[in-house]
Amino acid sequence: MTLIQAVFILFSILTLGAGLLTVLSRHLFHAVLYLIVSLVGVAGLFILLEAEFLAGVQVLIYIGAISILIIFAVMLTRGMARNPGPPLNNQSLAAAVIAGLFFVLLAPVVTGFPWPQAAPGVPADAIEALGRSLVDPNQFALPFELASVMILVALIGAIFIAREKR
Amino acid sequence: MAQIYDFIYNLFPYLGAWLHGLLQGLGLPEWAITLIIGLIQAFLLANFGLIGFAVLTYVERKIIARFQDRLGPNLAGPYGVLQPVADGIKLLTKEDTMPAGADRWVYNLAPLIIAVCAMAPLVVIPFGPGVIGVDLNIGVLYALAVGAGALVGVLMAGWGSNNKYALLGAFRAVAQLISYEIPSVLSVAVVVMVAGTMSTVGIVQAQDVPFLFVLPLAALVFLMSGVAEVGRTPFDLLEAESEIVAGFHIEYSGMKFALVFLGEFVHALVVSALFAVLFLGGWRGPWLPPYLWTLIKTGLGIFLFFWLRATLPRIRIDQMLNLNWKFLTPLMILNLIGVALVDKGLRAAGASEGLWAAGMFAFNMAMLIGALALPGYLGRRARMAAMAPAAEGAEELAAAEAAAAH
Repeated sequence: MTLIQAVFILFSILTLGAGLLTVLSRHLFHAVLYLIVSLVGVAGLFILLEAEFLAGVQVLIYIGAISILIIFAVMLTRGMARNPGPPLNNQSLAAAVIAGLFFVLLAPVVTGFPWPQAAPGVPADAIEALGRSLVDPNQFALPFELASVMILVALIGAIFIAREKR
Repeated sequence: MAQIYDFIYNLFPYLGAWLHGLLQGLGLPEWAITLIIGLIQAFLLANFGLIGFAVLTYVERKIIARFQDRLGPNLAGPYGVLQPVADGIKLLTKEDTMPAGADRWVYNLAPLIIAVCAMAPLVVIPFGPGVIGVDLNIGVLYALAVGAGALVGVLMAGWGSNNKYALLGAFRAVAQLISYEIPSVLSVAVVVMVAGTMSTVGIVQAQDVPFLFVLPLAALVFLMSGVAEVGRTPFDLLEAESEIVAGFHIEYSGMKFALVFLGEFVHALVVSALFAVLFLGGWRGPWLPPYLWTLIKTGLGIFLFFWLRATLPRIRIDQMLNLNWKFLTPLMILNLIGVALVDKGLRAAGASEGLWAAGMFAFNMAMLIGALALPGYLGRRARMAAMAPAAEGAEELAAAEAAAAH
């Protein structure tokens, strides 16, 4: 086992273990904190894949913004501070069966799909290549612009909803 | 004489080379040498943060005292310079309390996260050519991302303390820090766009003219949002003493309080150092050695923070939010688009370096003056309207006024 594999296993355990704790945690606030640990693990995996930019964005957006907003919402939830009930209810068995079936469906797709293999080694100017491919009409210009338009629509919608009625 | 000057000028590269040679002489393999030098670098950087914290607590109290026509700390040692030591001993010997009903792990981990996240960006601050922890190719993004991690610590402190003032402080912190991250990131994006790199070393090397004179608007917005992210006056409403006692760190005592406090001061240090790197040309300057230039430029930013604290009153929370969402964020988005157009236009027209800088400066100053004039006009109109029938719309525009006052 090489060092890279050991580190990969470490980060995988961190990600999956924290993910499991997120779901099983009795306390909503603790669940969000475990979610953050899990996201840190994902950022670590990105670094291991030499995708530093993605790791940085992962930390900045998912931990710095999204998780914080989740915590904010959780803290404003009425009565969450006292007597948190058990995380499982009487539908847990059905949920487990459906999740298991979904996994059975998904696993062959993921393992059977001919994923494109990147050339070994990462180019030195990976960030520049990423930036160029995002504005190149032959590559990802259209999805990039569509995502921007979608975010703009969401922004305007949020302002419209939050606007005071006059 | 010239040799001595050269030695002092390139102190750190010489020391590094000497250490490398010494370790090689001991017959260590290359990976062990890299590891040992890395550990020494980490030790030095961490101590830069810690010693900076100790010095800054003293300097801040002295400077604020001068502003307020007082003496400040003057009993411990000559001119009170031993005050940080006395404070440290006092904090070490204080009882370590934990409030009843506190969330044990969350409460105890929070100061650690705050302190670590504040120290971590020091890794990408360059103190000279080749004198840097790691020259990451995502340097600036890393500094912003890791700095944002402190927010989690603030929330954990506020929630884990089981105290309503702490919780209120944490709420305010979230509203403020998340909001001001946006203009801060946008102003950094302008710099990254003009410099063409995210590496801190690359940004310093791109500044033949310091970006303060090329992108004055981005510099101003970065400084303002930096003050807000550090949570210093006039944006200190997350720990407003007169309203919510001390905000999220109300329940901490002893060394845990010191860690929270350390996080705040080191964060201020990091923001000033980033300002120096992004806008003041980092280590570049005549005569003096690079590391001294970095320290001097960082000190300028820190002094500005102290100056603001001694001068300005605290703003209200609605003013704080309005200033960000209705003024700074739209302004920076427009600035980003405008700078992209002007930059590419001047370059395409084949402007020389000086002409390019002058054009960028003129564009930014025009935008800055326009941006300050508009809320000023709106604020005046609102005041006139408010004076006639005591209309209700005046409050909304008060924030725009505050923006103009800045």
